[in-house]
Amino acid sequence: MKYETQKVALPFFMVAMALFTLQIVFGLLAATVYAWPNFMAEVMPFNIMRVSHTNLLIVWLLIGFMGSTYYLMPEEAEQEIHSPNLAYLQLAIFAFAGAAALVGYQFGIHEGREFLEQPFWVKILITISFLMFLFNTSMTLLKGRKTAINLVLMLGLWLAAVFWLFAFYNPTNLAVDKLYWWWVVHLWVEGVWELIMASLLGYLLIKMTGVDREVIEKWLYIIVGLALFSGLLGTGHHYYWIGAPSYWQPIGSIFSTLEVAPFFAMVVFAFTMFWKGSRNHPNKAAMLWALGCPTVAFFGAGVWGFMHTLSFVNYYSHGTQVTAAHGHLAFYGAYVMLILGIITYAMPQIRRVQPYNQVLNMWGFWVMTSAMCFMTFTLTFAGVVQTHLQRVIGMNYMEVQDQLGLFYFMRLGAGVAVAVGAIMLLYAFFGPAREQVPAGGTQMTTGTGSV
Amino acid sequence: MADGLTKSAARNIFYGGSLFFFLVFAGLTAHSHWYMVNVSTDSEGLTDSVKHGKEVWEKNMCINCHSIMGEGAYFAPELGNVWERYGGHENPEAARAGISAWIRAQPLDVEGRRQMPAYDFSDEAMSSLIDFLEWTDGIDDQDWPPHPAG
Ligand code: HEM
Ligand code: HEM
Ligand SMILES: [Fe+2]
Repeated sequence: MKYETQKVALPFFMVAMALFTLQIVFGLLAATVYAWPNFMAEVMPFNIMRVSHTNLLIVWLLIGFMGSTYYLMPEEAEQEIHSPNLAYLQLAIFAFAGAAALVGYQFGIHEGREFLEQPFWVKILITISFLMFLFNTSMTLLKGRKTAINLVLMLGLWLAAVFWLFAFYNPTNLAVDKLYWWWVVHLWVEGVWELIMASLLGYLLIKMTGVDREVIEKWLYIIVGLALFSGLLGTGHHYYWIGAPSYWQPIGSIFSTLEVAPFFAMVVFAFTMFWKGSRNHPNKAAMLWALGCPTVAFFGAGVWGFMHTLSFVNYYSHGTQVTAAHGHLAFYGAYVMLILGIITYAMPQIRRVQPYNQVLNMWGFWVMTSAMCFMTFTLTFAGVVQTHLQRVIGMNYMEVQDQLGLFYFMRLGAGVAVAVGAIMLLYAFFGPAREQVPAGGTQMTTGTGSV
Repeated sequence: MADGLTKSAARNIFYGGSLFFFLVFAGLTAHSHWYMVNVSTDSEGLTDSVKHGKEVWEKNMCINCHSIMGEGAYFAPELGNVWERYGGHENPEAARAGISAWIRAQPLDVEGRRQMPAYDFSDEAMSSLIDFLEWTDGIDDQDWPPHPAG
């Protein structure tokens, strides 16, 4: 850690991980209801568990983005953070808003649109905090060195804030409501968040492989170009069945298919830089995350997204467990693994110790990643059976669900394994620092082509 | 890859191309907005009661168990076409009575069956909610879903 104010990131990472833990708890509760339907039915209905689960995800990912930005910005801009106190204040506001929303949900206080359930005043607090964050980091950038990494990152963050404003617009016409709802939801995850993802990955690769910045930054522009050229019109894959004109069927099908390209490019990018790299960075675990993130994102977003994105397929699969399968692996690969990778990279430096307890971190990586994949497979099987029985044959929804019990039990099992992986990671991040393991780092040597 | 391309050229393509695609997307969205208001939904039928029904829908966060037009949660049946499923196209009065009776019958308390919570709606709120569901069923959505099952 070259700059003192990079340590501003630490409380962000801690809050993010605390909320991640809670997210998993609510996910387990919801998955338990799928397995034993009467579980907690009187105390906490399923919708409360689900809203808690999804909102915690979004809030902690945003806090993770902020922490990552505070960590990276001083090094990239060669400039201390404009105001560390502003950063702590803005984190406090954000964390308070998130916590207040979470508590409110348990008492039925919410707005009622999926993912945008936060009460109005919570939305305002989130906006204020995010603007403080943007001000703080943009001031740092303005005073310092501008690189493709920090420019693309800040562009992604600013645009995320701009599209967030559509969350305040709730038309009375349900079709129009849905039209703009996707301006937040889709344009975030398949648009501007990809700018954040690509630039954070680029940062990790520059640091860990030692490949020339010029090369990495050119790739970065190509990737984010592919992301927005495809992702903007790709929104059309959500406009097939909500009362929008039929031209969205060809447009949405074609452009959302192209959305696979930036995810594929990120895989090629990460592995090429890894093989080209001359530097043998001691943080093996961070390298593992930096390669795993684009790989799983390619499968979750790219392959699982493509699976149901063509309009004539989506006609049958729309709104089934197939969607839930894709949602899980895409979010996990692209954004959860990204933040976990940055934390893995940053923590040893923030704590000023050599990379420590690497083996546990890597176990956490494999346990959690395999468990998320398994969860995705079970939900996919459930979704395919559901699609066939309900959408092709026309069987009643509840009867179909009775056929899927086995898959839901397996999903719950996978969830327990995710929780185990998460505990291992938390201990690896924040637990006592040990001697450097593996010593010296002979496996996964960069430049030899072996992974 | 792309050795002929310089970094600044890649940057300019990114900015220019993104702006271009954004403008196309915004234009098509504006047209879709117009289309929804004038063609695919019943703007005249969007009465105060339908609007209130949407508020009831949101206030009780039905979306985190059910889906509506395929969006939402996957824990409970699709409701975008529940009006059709209850026979509203043939017999509106019976459909109203049926949907209302279902909601009033909660909680069913059947062991091993997913449970919908009980809601204590006033008659007015109930009727608005059903108006909203009826209105939603009337949206021209390219004939989705494939079966009344939802
Ligand atoms: C990291 C990127 C991505 C994330 C985080 C993500 C996440 C999600 C989520 C959470 C949903 C469900 C939304 C809802 O509640 O209705 C969804 C739906 C969908 N996604 Fe993605 N996605 C990503 C990328 C992609 C890509 C690249 C494609 C296409 C190749 C794609 C295709 C779809 C489709 C077609 C749906 C609609 C499913 C339906 O009809 O029910 N997604 N995505
Ligand atoms: C212990 C692990 C987990 C379990 C048991 C679990 C369980 C669930 C359940 C039961 C739902 C509701 C599905 C429905 O509406 O019927 C859900 C939704 C969701 N979960 Fe998880 N989850 C877990 C971890 C995660 C993780 C790590 C992520 C992020 C990568 C995530 C992201 C989501 C999203 C985005 C949705 C909404 C999906 C959609 O609208 O399509 N979950 N989860
Ligand atoms: Fe999308």
